[in-house]
Amino acid sequence: MRAFSAIAAAIVRGFVRDRASLFFAVVFPLMFLVFFGGVLSDRGQPAAELVQVGDLALVEALSPEARDAFDAAFDVRRVDDLDTALEQVRSGDADVALRQDGGTLVAHYTQTDQVQAAVTQATLRALVDGTNVALLAQEAGSAVPFALDVERVEDESLTVIQFVTPGLLGWAIATSAAIGAAATLQGWRQTKLMRRLQLAPVRTRTIVSARVVVTLGIALVQTAIFLGVGMAFFGLSLTGSWWMAVPLVLVGTLCFMALGLLAGALTTTAEAAVNAANFMVLPMAFLSGSFFSLDGAPRWLQTISDLMPLKHLNDGMLDVMVRGEGPAAALPVLGILAAFALVVTLVAAKLFRWESV
Amino acid sequence: MTAIRVRDLTKVYGEVRAVDGVDLDVADGEFVGVLGPNGAGKTTLLEVVEGLRRPDSGTVEVLGEQVWPRNAAVLPRIGVQLQASAFFERLTAREQIRTFAALYDVSPARADDWLERVGLAEKASARVEDLSGGQAQRLSIACALVHDPELVFLDEPTASLDPQARRNLWDLLAGINEAGRTVVLTTHYMDEAEVLCDRVAVMDSGRVLQVGSPAELVRHLDAPARIIVAPGQLDEAGARGIAGTESVEVGPDGTVLTTRHPADVVARLGELGALDGVRVQTGTLEDVFLALTGRSYRA
Repeated sequence: MRAFSAIAAAIVRGFVRDRASLFFAVVFPLMFLVFFGGVLSDRGQPAAELVQVGDLALVEALSPEARDAFDAAFDVRRVDDLDTALEQVRSGDADVALRQDGGTLVAHYTQTDQVQAAVTQATLRALVDGTNVALLAQEAGSAVPFALDVERVEDESLTVIQFVTPGLLGWAIATSAAIGAAATLQGWRQTKLMRRLQLAPVRTRTIVSARVVVTLGIALVQTAIFLGVGMAFFGLSLTGSWWMAVPLVLVGTLCFMALGLLAGALTTTAEAAVNAANFMVLPMAFLSGSFFSLDGAPRWLQTISDLMPLKHLNDGMLDVMVRGEGPAAALPVLGILAAFALVVTLVAAKLFRWESV
Repeated sequence: MTAIRVRDLTKVYGEVRAVDGVDLDVADGEFVGVLGPNGAGKTTLLEVVEGLRRPDSGTVEVLGEQVWPRNAAVLPRIGVQLQASAFFERLTAREQIRTFAALYDVSPARADDWLERVGLAEKASARVEDLSGGQAQRLSIACALVHDPELVFLDEPTASLDPQARRNLWDLLAGINEAGRTVVLTTHYMDEAEVLCDRVAVMDSGRVLQVGSPAELVRHLDAPARIIVAPGQLDEAGARGIAGTESVEVGPDGTVLTTRHPADVVARLGELGALDGVRVQTGTLEDVFLALTGRSYRA
């Protein structure tokens, strides 16, 4: 027990004194959290810049609700001649130039930003159609037969932060577990510390379990920091069985430690091992929806994504932390991650050599 | 009692016979050096004896026990210094040695004593990365000794140290041996082996070429002594006239006489009144080493 705690303490000290590993384990992923949660979530589709040429009788005649919608959709400024307006659109200073020609609204737009152009056209078309329908209904003396009301299915609190936190947390855990394991295995082999420990009357499993327990502890601390920062500053709110994220984090950590061991077993220097671990984890993070959802990705990409343990970890955490699913939702994920960890560990153990002879 | 008994030990890596039929005995309390050029097989021999590598053939007994497979009965009785960098990263010197002490269930107080004994008390709070080469070697040796082993292995403990740090470390190593421990060290410094070792084994290409005390090996070499007489004390003809002189060479630093009877020649120089500033160079372990292993360049 003394040997275990001495080795664990030595690893913890080595970790917290290494600014680079602290940075990549905690600060770097938090920067992403701040970026996604703090910056992106406040930003809807930005208002389009609209240049009004002359008077727009149709806009003036809009009903109060329609007028609100128009004001929300466009930042309007007025110029008096069409050429100036067109030049502004061409040069990108404005998204659309709008003039009224008798009963026709004419919009001059640029296709440079296709999304913005489509939104602008659809909004203007809706305004014109809505005005036409209202006028026709008024003439006929009847009410409008159909109406559309839109409501979101999710809880109102489901903001961007809810979706990015589990994914970014998964990436942070994966990175530090894989790099920690890879760097320890290769670093200790390179400095002969591993041999030195072999010569001490300490069981291999004591050394391994010290390393594993420290990495699990680091992952839990990362989780606490992530959830704490998310809740305190970005309005993250967790759903019912969020605590199932704890076993998910622990098994996920084992899984990525196994990948780190594999990286360590395949390389010959600590630097190469860390690079190999990064090389495995970073593309995996992209393919696992850590940074953005893959729902719109092509089918084949989603199939690849299903092979990634991080994808399952992220999904499992989303289910229990923000989608409000019960504890049972995490069980299959735990099984997948545990199986992955086992297989990769066995492969790494098979490939490992005490030192390059 | 025999601390180490090695018989017909062979360790092969692919085509290379890193250790090739080695016999070696080390008695209790002895200080033994394993000398050899780089790649001679010194480190591999030590690693097999320590139980880190499985021998391909032959037997190794350490303190009366088998060392392979890993034998937990032997480990607490031996201390091994592999190389200076075999440390936990970013720990201070004190944390480092206390960690190793804990692995052997030795109290932190005794670990701190060892820091004191190797002269690192002032550096206790310095991180291992900030220690000088000599300080790191001393810490590494202290970590190998913290559990008070009977038998100590040191692999090139003074490599890459400056002359002061080497002398300083020699004192430490001699003290360890005088305290009753058996010490085995590898080195390629002949002066180190000559000063420290009771016996040396000269190794090359995986074989032990000769074993004996440094003095025995030098005697066995039967190399002529060089007697250097200061300039102006003796002319060349006078030098050639001295009985027992094999050759004479006159240079700017004086006249050099080679002889296998240095006592007679020096006595004669005394009679001639040419003793002022005279220097006598006898064969050294280095001569033995070069005679045994040759002078060809090795990587």
